Amino acid sequence: MFAYYLELALRSLRRSGALTALMILAIALGIGASMTTLTVLHVLSGDPLPGRSGSIFTPRLDPRGMRDFDLSENLPAQVTWTDGMNLLNARRARRQALMTGGAVPIQPDDPSIDPFFVSARYTSADFFGMFDTPFRYGQAWSATEDEQRAHIAVIGAELNDRLFHGENSVGRTIHANGADLRIVGVLKPWRPVPHFYDLNTTNYGAAEQVFVPLTTSRAMRLTRNGGVECWGEGSSDEEHMEAASCVWLQLWVELGDAAAVASYRTFLEGYAREQVASGRYDRPARAELTDVMRLLDEQRVVPSDVRLQVWLSLGFFAVCLVNTVGLMLAKFMRRAGEVSVRRALGASRRSVFTQLLTEAGIVGLAGGLGGLAVALLGLAILRMQPSPAAELAHLDPTMLAATFLVSLLAALAAGVVPAWRACRIPPALQLKSQ
Amino acid sequence: MRLDIAPILSTLGRHKLTATLIVLQIALTCAILCNATFLISDRLRWMQTPSGIDDDRIVRLMVSDIGPRADMHARVEADLAALRAIPGVEAVTVTNSLPFGPSSWNTPVRLTRDQSTPSLEAAAYYGEAVGETLGLRLVAGRFIRPDEYTWVDDHAAKQVRGSPVVVVTQALAQRLFPDQSAIGRSIFIGDEELHIVGIVERLARAGDQSRSGVYETLLLPWRMVTAYGGGFAVRARPGEAGRVRQAAAAALKAVDPRRVIIEKRLYTEVRDRYFATDRATTVLLAGVCVALLVVTALGIVGLVSFWVAQRRRQIGIRRALGASRIDVLRYFQTENFLLASMGIALGMVLAYAINLLLMREYELPRLPFGYLPVGAVVLWLLGQAAVLAPALRAASVPPVVATRG
Repeated sequence: MFAYYLELALRSLRRSGALTALMILAIALGIGASMTTLTVLHVLSGDPLPGRSGSIFTPRLDPRGMRDFDLSENLPAQVTWTDGMNLLNARRARRQALMTGGAVPIQPDDPSIDPFFVSARYTSADFFGMFDTPFRYGQAWSATEDEQRAHIAVIGAELNDRLFHGENSVGRTIHANGADLRIVGVLKPWRPVPHFYDLNTTNYGAAEQVFVPLTTSRAMRLTRNGGVECWGEGSSDEEHMEAASCVWLQLWVELGDAAAVASYRTFLEGYAREQVASGRYDRPARAELTDVMRLLDEQRVVPSDVRLQVWLSLGFFAVCLVNTVGLMLAKFMRRAGEVSVRRALGASRRSVFTQLLTEAGIVGLAGGLGGLAVALLGLAILRMQPSPAAELAHLDPTMLAATFLVSLLAALAAGVVPAWRACRIPPALQLKSQ
Repeated sequence: MRLDIAPILSTLGRHKLTATLIVLQIALTCAILCNATFLISDRLRWMQTPSGIDDDRIVRLMVSDIGPRADMHARVEADLAALRAIPGVEAVTVTNSLPFGPSSWNTPVRLTRDQSTPSLEAAAYYGEAVGETLGLRLVAGRFIRPDEYTWVDDHAAKQVRGSPVVVVTQALAQRLFPDQSAIGRSIFIGDEELHIVGIVERLARAGDQSRSGVYETLLLPWRMVTAYGGGFAVRARPGEAGRVRQAAAAALKAVDPRRVIIEKRLYTEVRDRYFATDRATTVLLAGVCVALLVVTALGIVGLVSFWVAQRRRQIGIRRALGASRIDVLRYFQTENFLLASMGIALGMVLAYAINLLLMREYELPRLPFGYLPVGAVVLWLLGQAAVLAPALRAASVPPVVATRG
């Protein structure tokens, strides 16, 4: 029976070609625009560590001076060197990493090649295990090497390709900032989106290409980048950041279950109270544990323009849908004669209704195909934008399937009322007037 | 010629669904169109915000040196000397940021030493003679004198006490001292008291900032160093920025062949990058507006064509009873006008509702009333244009149709 409906539908669609093309165009444009903007929103508001982000937290304290004290204000998302080191060495979480961003000049062995800068991350050892970074060769360093300030590095896939043509470079050295670093590990291409562990250096940029122990980076005086918030007196000189009254390091901890979270929170609150009692903190003791997604939400990582574009395209889609309902109505009612003949020959209302909806469904599928083309074109245009977020705008399988599904559903929904109207045409009346 | 609205309304009453769909479509189009064009004009205005500097004469370069950083002052001086020697260069300095550049250096400003909440968060520019190099217009007082500058790293390390002078923008001066001249008044940055010695017309800030505070900036008497993230700002003679950029990169490389030139951009490129998302949004908004108008127009064509086909017999009867072609044409035009008017009325309410939502989410003023009549006229014209072809087809229905059964 369905094959018969399909045949009827195709024949009817072909007969009123312009109207059909118009419906397909309207759905394709609406779906295409919506899918383009929704894909961008979907990519930008994604989970950087699927399945793990709920157990990764950043401990937050309030070491600032009394000036500008405002309880309603968020706690800093970064920590001071002293607090960071204290919490790191307390080892109260399953894993913990203290880190900051930077940039390292790399001098290739070949003197004819100009030195170049790559972004770097100075971190303690647990970074790799906690964020589950994939290794192509070698492995992460250990906490012992952190303590020894070892001259070692883990490098990214891109840098490994550039310097060593993608070969196993573990054990070789890179010349960074005039000193040699021994490579202990090489990552596979890895890019958490957003760049959640340090939103000051970049929101959606690529992950760093060189990873060096934090202690080593301080000893080597590697260039530090990122957000610094300072207060009160004291020097904020780059060479003495360890003593500065500034927050400039990111601290992340991994806590396995709710009990671990609760006990870490108790520990953190206790730590804050101790700091107040010892006179290190001026403000009342406050402590918070914020997980990855909450932090991204709080820091408003997704640009507001992206949401605006989504609303705009959804509005446009709504107009296209209303348009399609109208056109469907025109199309179905135009065939009142044919419908009443079929009804008079014994077709039930239900079969007329199903047949008309089949027609709507075909329009929906064709619209989905057109919408896919529009979305691919839209995303290709977006990727030409210079922002780091733009290059992430790719259609993933979920969105691809969603495009067809939404298009089909939209066309069916648009077809329901017109089809209902058409199938209620009394058989006799139309026959008489013919 | 007499137009009866009553019969049109009664006909529409019998085609409620189709009529409602047309009205709804026009209403949505009207609402989106008004807001989208308003957003476009708002973005266009924002994208034209003057930076306050000589945009097309400034070149920005950033270098990074390799190895331990010793004697950074001498190296900065050597670099500056090399850049000054380039023909076509008028002035050069090292500065921490540029208007609409990627990063801004903000500092809280207070009016008294122990004011608990700062009056505002200003963007600070460091660098010797930044104001003169960038081409800021002084409206009162003077720029900072060469002997008043101290090195920023010495200052950060508390090795020197800087001169207590500061130059502020007109916007900042007006916000802090609305009633009197700001010259000679003092402000507090951190723990330091600084006297305002000059006021510049405007200087925009860098980074993602709210638009209202875009000109709340000040110039501090600190010499910037490249090692602290400073970049060179080079002022070229008119029309020579492009050439100076290449020559400046070569000159910096000649000072130390091992160093890395991280960035060499004309200021206009720096500015373009800042507004790239706004430009993209504007293009998208404009694209959607056009697509909306096309879809709505085609939709009206489709529906009215169907309508005409459905009413062929009635039209024939009217013609047989003495209605002229013009009468039939007018009938459909009037009908469309009525539908469009209903759609526009509903659309204006919707437009204001959307505007209220946008105002909550974005820094956007209320939709000016001027957009509504313009939107209305556009949609009326659109409706009339769309209805013309089907209406002409209706007008050409011969009276003889009435006699066919």
